[in-house]
Amino acid sequence: MSPLSRGFHGRRRASDVDASRVPPGQYVTTDFPVLSAGPTPHTPLENWTFSIKQGGQTTKSWNWQEIRDLPAEDVTADIHCVTKWSKLDTMWQAVSLDTLLAQVGHEARFVLAFCDGGYTTNLPLADVTGGQAWLAYGYDSSPLQPEHGGPARLLVPHLYFWKSAKWVRGLELLAADEPGFWERYGYNNYGDPWREQRYAGD
Amino acid sequence: MAGTAVRGRLTWQVATVTAVRPETTSVRTIEFDIPDWAGHQAGQHVDIRLTADDGYVAERSYSIASAPGEPLQLTVERLEDGEVSPYLTEELRPGDEIEIRGPIGGYFIWDSDDARTPVLLVAGGSGVVPFRSMLRHRARIGSAAPVRLLYSARSLPDVIYRTELDMPGDGAEIVYTLTRQQPPGWAGHSGRVDAALLTEVAWPEDRQPLAFVCGPTAFVEIVAGELVSLGYPPDHVKTERYGGVGAP
Amino acid sequence: MTERLYGPDDSALDGNAIGGLLHEIFSTEMTTAEATCGHCGNTAQVAEAVVYVKAPGTVMRCRACTSVLAVVVRKQEMNCVDMSGVAALQAG
Repeated sequence: MSPLSRGFHGRRRASDVDASRVPPGQYVTTDFPVLSAGPTPHTPLENWTFSIKQGGQTTKSWNWQEIRDLPAEDVTADIHCVTKWSKLDTMWQAVSLDTLLAQVGHEARFVLAFCDGGYTTNLPLADVTGGQAWLAYGYDSSPLQPEHGGPARLLVPHLYFWKSAKWVRGLELLAADEPGFWERYGYNNYGDPWREQRYAGD
Repeated sequence: MAGTAVRGRLTWQVATVTAVRPETTSVRTIEFDIPDWAGHQAGQHVDIRLTADDGYVAERSYSIASAPGEPLQLTVERLEDGEVSPYLTEELRPGDEIEIRGPIGGYFIWDSDDARTPVLLVAGGSGVVPFRSMLRHRARIGSAAPVRLLYSARSLPDVIYRTELDMPGDGAEIVYTLTRQQPPGWAGHSGRVDAALLTEVAWPEDRQPLAFVCGPTAFVEIVAGELVSLGYPPDHVKTERYGGVGAP
Repeated sequence: MTERLYGPDDSALDGNAIGGLLHEIFSTEMTTAEATCGHCGNTAQVAEAVVYVKAPGTVMRCRACTSVLAVVVRKQEMNCVDMSGVAALQAG
């Protein structure tokens, strides 16, 4: 190991943490780090839509007001970033993806989320249904800030947080799996923090 | 680029802190001894690496504040939510060791005694650090290149290297602009660097000047854009961005 | 320096910030190397690329069109480098 730096402790860590809530290799932070692979988009709400695409076509689309009119939930979740920080009991205001997907007839087995700025991430359909995934537009009772993915992002807390795509604009429903941005560049196709599936091949 | 490519492995070396010196209430200069230090060019930077006792590792980059030939010095600003800068500016003390690799960079460097090419240095806040290296180097080699430093800082107490910059040497001019607070009777510039200030301070483009811009990303983008609007060829405007640090 | 199509993004750095990483990968200084974007054809020095380091990997983007030029993911002491966004690279 590299020489130790006397007195250096790194990030503020949360104390008194229940270890059973912390996946292997993670540490708990009280901050909410902002990570990004590109510039922060600023799509005006009047231009914003969330769409479901199938076979290259948009089969269903909601504008901002239509999304806000859907039944929403208060979601409390622990989130785990592949860069090793975890944040417990984060609070979101969100629409379940079950609500959105129920309005579309399909036989898809996979989804590819697509976002402003070009970011994508892929998930099995089974992981974004059954109460496991949301479209989140509020954080801590305030509108989701652009740096954290606002106006809306995916929230899929049971997987590493790169799957909770920021600035999401829709889901492409697919019969075959297709890797997204970080999956193409070497990260794990699935990303289960409890099995420490960080990189491809883990 | 002549004389700058360091071929072969760039390795991490152990550096021992030999001295620390406060520059302002939130800025400190740290001097190091590195046994196998190969020297550097003015404008280059180093990467540093810190390892906590639980194995946590943090890496950062800092511009070199000292001139080529002087012992390695880094100047660090304490950032409010920083993870590394509070450690470097408050905890680190002589005798401590950190890991350093460098020197790094072949783009943002100045090493010339060409008296025909005037140099414009535009600094936002801690962006002045590599320019201190350039100015000290210029004095050490007796360069006749005319140089002007336009230094944007929040207030006079926030000016780093103030005493040194008050005696810049022959053919070097320092112009300050204080953006948030000015002392009573301040006769210098106030407010952010803008087109009007640059028009006044920048060398006219017909003298084929070279410009360096360093500081927060937003500052660099605005200033570099304005210099190009003033007619500076884009490849005569060199930029180094420090990210979203506190704006001057 | 190339023309900007997008507004300033405060968190973005430039190729200078990854000079050490690139030296580690290529065993030589790379910030003055000229990279041609595979998407828009713009050629610029690596020092002038838009760089994001606060991410699961280091992302280099073309300053003219924001397309991804290269991504470096650090996996257990190894650098996994994808440069498929670079059409050509000229290093001294």
